[in-house]
Amino acid sequence: MKIKLAQSAIEGSEINQLERVTGEELKRCYQCGKCSAGCPVSFAMDIPPTQIMRFLQLGMFDDVMKANSLWVCVGCLQCYARCPQGCSVANVLEGLRQMVLRKGEDHYGVKEISARFLEKAPQQAIVCGFRKFVS
Amino acid sequence: MPRIGVFVCQCGNNIAATVDTKKVAEEMKNLPGVVFACDYKFMCSSPGQDMLKNAIKDNKLDGVIVSACSPHMHEKTFRKACESAGLNPYQCEITNIREQCSWVHHDKTKKAGTLKSADLTRMTIERLKKNKPLAKIKIPVKKKAIVIGGGIAGIQAALDIAEGGVDVIIVEKEPSIGGNMARLSETFPTMDCSQCILTPKMVEAELHERITLYTYSEIEKVDGYIGNFTVQIRRKSKYVDEERCTGCGECIEKCPFKVDSAFELGMTKRKVIYTPFPQSVPNVPVIDAPNCTKIQKDKCGVCAIVCGPKCIDFKMEDKIVTVEAGAIIVATGYQLMPNERFGEYGYGRIKDVISGMQFERLASASGPTGGEIKRPSDGKVPRSVVFIQCAGSRDEKKGVSYCSKVCCMYTAKHTMLYSHKVHHGQSYVFYMDIRAGGKRYEEFVRRAIEHDNAMYLRGRVSRVYERDGKVLVQGADTLSGNQVEIEADMVVLATAIISRDGADTLAQKLSIGYDKYKFYNEYHPKLKPVETVTAGIFLAGTCMGPMDIPDSVAQGSAAASKVLSLFSADEMTREPITAIVNKVTCNSCWDCLTACPYSAIERDAVKNRQGVITKWLAKVNEGVCQGCGVCVAACRSKSIDLRGYTDEQVFAAINAF
Repeated sequence: MKIKLAQSAIEGSEINQLERVTGEELKRCYQCGKCSAGCPVSFAMDIPPTQIMRFLQLGMFDDVMKANSLWVCVGCLQCYARCPQGCSVANVLEGLRQMVLRKGEDHYGVKEISARFLEKAPQQAIVCGFRKFVS
Repeated sequence: MPRIGVFVCQCGNNIAATVDTKKVAEEMKNLPGVVFACDYKFMCSSPGQDMLKNAIKDNKLDGVIVSACSPHMHEKTFRKACESAGLNPYQCEITNIREQCSWVHHDKTKKAGTLKSADLTRMTIERLKKNKPLAKIKIPVKKKAIVIGGGIAGIQAALDIAEGGVDVIIVEKEPSIGGNMARLSETFPTMDCSQCILTPKMVEAELHERITLYTYSEIEKVDGYIGNFTVQIRRKSKYVDEERCTGCGECIEKCPFKVDSAFELGMTKRKVIYTPFPQSVPNVPVIDAPNCTKIQKDKCGVCAIVCGPKCIDFKMEDKIVTVEAGAIIVATGYQLMPNERFGEYGYGRIKDVISGMQFERLASASGPTGGEIKRPSDGKVPRSVVFIQCAGSRDEKKGVSYCSKVCCMYTAKHTMLYSHKVHHGQSYVFYMDIRAGGKRYEEFVRRAIEHDNAMYLRGRVSRVYERDGKVLVQGADTLSGNQVEIEADMVVLATAIISRDGADTLAQKLSIGYDKYKFYNEYHPKLKPVETVTAGIFLAGTCMGPMDIPDSVAQGSAAASKVLSLFSADEMTREPITAIVNKVTCNSCWDCLTACPYSAIERDAVKNRQGVITKWLAKVNEGVCQGCGVCVAACRSKSIDLRGYTDEQVFAAINAF
């Protein structure tokens, strides 16, 4: 992929909003890769946590939003616990999810959930699922 | 009959594990001339040394063998112990039965190790029997130092030596001292203004009663040896009488001709009669002769007319000054690789592609723009600047293989200066690695990224080109795996640091070594970092390789302390292991003279009774000779011997095997 880098993208409005809602400073990430190394679900992500941070530093907001990574993250906070710069990718991904959900775009329709799943799933999981995927 | 004592060291288990030291000592007792032999756990320990001293006294020994580690380790220790017991120290010889015997044998039965140790010790005994007592060589020392190069390393060295009460001469090629540091805007990581911390030192050097400045001067010839160098210095003609010039600057103002300023790296013009920069030390202008119409065509001469004290002399010629000095410090500094070598970056073709040093001048308050960041093509303030690191460094094919060490830091500094001066500007840095190893350096780079918004991109730039008045930079960001294109207003190249033109010729004049990049070699990279193979010549600063200001200053001081310790006594003592010529058999073929790597062989005149020179013979200068033995091997008539390693001694050792 070829990107045209400019100040307007790096300091784009979405990036600013993301930093504001999460309180994270994206510039602090120095790309050591420890988050991706420890993430229990990074194998299932389109873009691993380290590169999520890099894409956002470069202002590639749209590319990040297309990735499944923000929905795969389970929020275990291992990335945050291990990060030498004190960044929380989990926090950033939560922020991205919120930015989608606050527009009213559900990631998962409640009606699509099968009755059988609802019967078997623990109550906690259902509550968490609603919290994570539904506006 | 000699009275020799043999001491075999066990070195804990280092030797005793594979050598039966007791047996070796017992065997030696049977040899003629050996009156005492024993073994001991640690010969180098205090009780070990006491045992040696007592044995010398009790047995009236006239020679001592210590079979132990390499002579590099403890030869000095044991020779000193012998000396304190009243024995000539050169009557003590070391047999290496550790590095060259016990460590290379793994035979736990100790058979081979013991046999070899006995052989080696016996050889040394026979060698010792042919030893002649030697005395240390004493050489008078001329207490004056020469510092070549008046940059920050040289200035620091000169100031420290002068403060130590010794006269120093600084020889500087340019019209002013100050070197490359005088060009810098601010310095990392403290952001001190470079001129503000440098100029006080320059003035201190100028005013110090023990420092003499020879600016606009170069080294012509170096003769002699440690403590006794004779140096010829060419004082290039300034066409201005230094003694009478008041530094009023009238001549500079009235000079009608302008040329590109080398100090400003061609970004502005200077007059033909000039001082490189306003704070020049000494504040005496020089005439750039090749560009002066008066000197070339005898037209103009305005400067001489306006000069109040009439100190301009167009007929002035170069002078050769001969100075005698005891030590020389080389601090000739660095220069930058020509950027044109990298066509893909467009330097020289695209006006807004500049070097890091040019950016320093743009950011400097005394620079061509008065400290405002303005691009060269149209003088506009650039809204986006791309910094390209490793322009020439770490590039074996077209540049140099080494890292220039300071670029990571000064580029971070540039991005900070840029963001402080151009508030809404955006800087981009293409880097391969960020090398910020130094006190508070890493934090400095993080500050550039996190607080001053420098966008760091890991990858090299492949091409810089122009389109519609913009400079397009095509690079890569390997962290995200993307090709990156940036529309820049200005591009700054972090150019590789290389050795100065003529560094090799100066090294040859001084007989010091240099590497394939013509950086000077230190004697030992860790333990003798400011010494050279030529005794009495020391190094400081970037003439050895890229380094930053703190390192250069530290080396300047280190070299100065070496000079001061050399000058602390009136006479210098040297090891007497030197070559000696047999005048009866020398047939003046001069093979030794060409073979000697230290230029220690001299032509000595032999006169008859009438005082007429009848022939010339080789003579070894004991002050210069390092005892390497090359002349001994080269001599066809076998007229040269090395004291302490004479042919007689070596053959005796071989025969004993």
